[in-house]
Amino acid sequence: MSEIFILAEFSGEKVAKTTIELATLGARLGSVTALVLAPTGGGAALAGEINVGPISKVIVLESDDFAKHGVQASASAISQVVLENKPSALLISSTAFGKEVAGCIAVITDSGIITDAVDVDTDLTATQIIFGGSTTVHSRVVQGTSIITLRPNAITPDLTPSSPEIIQANAAIPDSAKQALVLSSQPPVKEGRPELTAASIIVSGGRGTGGDFAPVEAFADALGAAVGASRAATDAGWYPHSHQVGQTGKTVSPQLYIACGISGAIQHRAGMQTSKTIVVVNKDPDAPIFELADFGVVGDLFTVLPQATEGVRARKS
Amino acid sequence: MKIAVCVKQVPDSWAQKKMSGGVLDRQGVDAVLNDLDEYAVEEALRIVEANGGNGEAGPNSITVISMGPERTTDAVRKALSMGCDGAIIITDDALAGSDALTTSKVLAEVIKNGSFDLVVCGTESTDARMSVVPAMLAQRLGWAQLTFAGSVAVDLDAKSLTITRITEAGVDTVQAKFPAVISVVEKINEPRYPSFKGIMAAKKKQMDIRNLSSIGIDAATVGSVGAWSSVVDATQRPPRSAGIKITDDGNAGTELVNFLVEKKLI
Repeated sequence: MSEIFILAEFSGEKVAKTTIELATLGARLGSVTALVLAPTGGGAALAGEINVGPISKVIVLESDDFAKHGVQASASAISQVVLENKPSALLISSTAFGKEVAGCIAVITDSGIITDAVDVDTDLTATQIIFGGSTTVHSRVVQGTSIITLRPNAITPDLTPSSPEIIQANAAIPDSAKQALVLSSQPPVKEGRPELTAASIIVSGGRGTGGDFAPVEAFADALGAAVGASRAATDAGWYPHSHQVGQTGKTVSPQLYIACGISGAIQHRAGMQTSKTIVVVNKDPDAPIFELADFGVVGDLFTVLPQATEGVRARKS
Repeated sequence: MKIAVCVKQVPDSWAQKKMSGGVLDRQGVDAVLNDLDEYAVEEALRIVEANGGNGEAGPNSITVISMGPERTTDAVRKALSMGCDGAIIITDDALAGSDALTTSKVLAEVIKNGSFDLVVCGTESTDARMSVVPAMLAQRLGWAQLTFAGSVAVDLDAKSLTITRITEAGVDTVQAKFPAVISVVEKINEPRYPSFKGIMAAKKKQMDIRNLSSIGIDAATVGSVGAWSSVVDATQRPPRSAGIKITDDGNAGTELVNFLVEKKLI
C-alpha cells in the first residue's frame, strides 16, 4: 500500500480540523503518516493530540528553528523526511503557510505541486475548481512526490478515534534555511468567530449594510459563522480587508454562504460561488447574486436578518 | 540599492477565463498588470523614495522582471509609468504552459545574475492564484523569504529589513539581511496612478527582451513539456441555477431559518 504523508497543523495545542480532512483524504489513497513539527521537547505532547482520524503513523520532528525561522526551516526538515521515505504523495492544507511550505518542498525535492485541490483520486489525479468556480480541472504531478495542497472544508473529516504509532526523526536544518528570523509572533486576533477560509458557515455583508454590520454579525454569531465582506464594504472602510471575499480577497467554499446586501459583481462571485449552499438577502430583486442563490429573499436585511437571528436562537435554546 | 519587482500580465479580473488545450486561453481577453503586483511596484517605489530615490532623483534602481508572451510589454509599461527604471522581459514560445516551478526557475536565473538586493512580488496572480512563486524564488536563490508583508522597513546601513507577516495564522515580525525576497499583501499600501509625466517617461525607458537561450535555459526543460505536473482535462462547470426566491412579506426571516433547517444546515 502506498504511503501518504500529511503535514499536521495545530491551533494552539489541538490538532486542526483541516489536518483530519487531510488524513481522511489520504486514507483513500494509501496508509497515512502525519508529520508533526514541534519545538524541542514538545513533540510527544503534540503527537499525543493526534488521536482521531485515519492516521497510522506519526513522525515527529523537533527543532526550535521551526518557530524561529518559519517556512524555510520547516520546508527543509520536511523535505529531508520526504527524500528519505519517498511517499507517493504529501498533502498539506491550503493556507498561506501550507502553500509556501509546499512550494519550497517542491523545489528542494524536485517534485510537482498542485494547489487548492478539492479532491484527489486513487491514481493521485487532483481536482481543482478554478477561475472563480467556472472551470473544473483534473491534473497530475508527473515528477517526484505528488505535493498537493487541499482546500479547507473540501472533505468531510472522519473523526474515528485512532492511536497511531509515534516515531521520532531527526532533521538537520542548514543555515540557508535560517536566514529569516522571526522576532515575534502574535496569534490572530480572536473575535470569537471562526477563521474565514476554514469556516463552514459564512455570513457576508456588502454595500446594502450601509456600513452597519451589526445585523450581519449577530446572525453570524447565532449560527457560529465567520463574517465576510464584499470589496465595496472593505474599500469603504466598513469592515477590515482581511474579511474580504472575492477575486482580490479570500476564496471561500463553505457549506453555507449567506450574502446580505451584496449585489454579486463577478469580483465577489469569483470568491464564493463554489460554496455548497448559497442564501441571498437583498432589497434589489434584480441583483445578479440571485442567479446563484439556492434560497433568495428579496427584502431588507435590517428586518430579515434580526428575525432570522431570533429564529436560530430560539431553535438552539 | 537594487530592487527587482516581479510582475505578471494576467487576463483582466472581469474577463471570462477559460481553458484551451490544458492551458489558460489568453486569446481574446483583455490583459492587464496583475492587480496584486501593483502593490509590489508601489512598495518598491516607497522603499527607494525613503532611501534617497531612484532614476534621476537618487542612487537606487528598480527593475521590473516579467515572464510571459510578447504582449507582456503592456503590463510592464504600466509598472514603468508608475516610476520603475527599466525592465527585463523573458519571452519565448517554448515557455507556453509553464508551471510555477518553471516560472520560478526562469525568474531566478535572471535575478541571480542581476546583483539585486531585494526582490518584491505580489502575493499571488489573479489567474493561477497559487501563491507559491515568491517562496519558490527565495528557495531557488537561496535567499531569505519574507512573504505576506503588511509592512516593510528597510535599514540600508545594516543592509537588513524587517516585515510584519500577516496570514491567517497571525502576525509575525520577521527580519533578514539582504538579499531577500519579499511578497506584499494588498493592504500594505495604495498604489499610485501613473502620472502623465510618468506615462511619457515610460515610453523612453529600456525594456530588455530576452529569450531562453540568452538566459541559458534549455527550451526542452520548460513549458508544457518540462512541467512537473500536467493537466488531464479541464471542463467548464455548468452555471449555478437559481433556486427558491421569495419576497419578504414580514415573515422571510423565519422562512429563511426553515430553509436552513430543512437542508440540515442548522
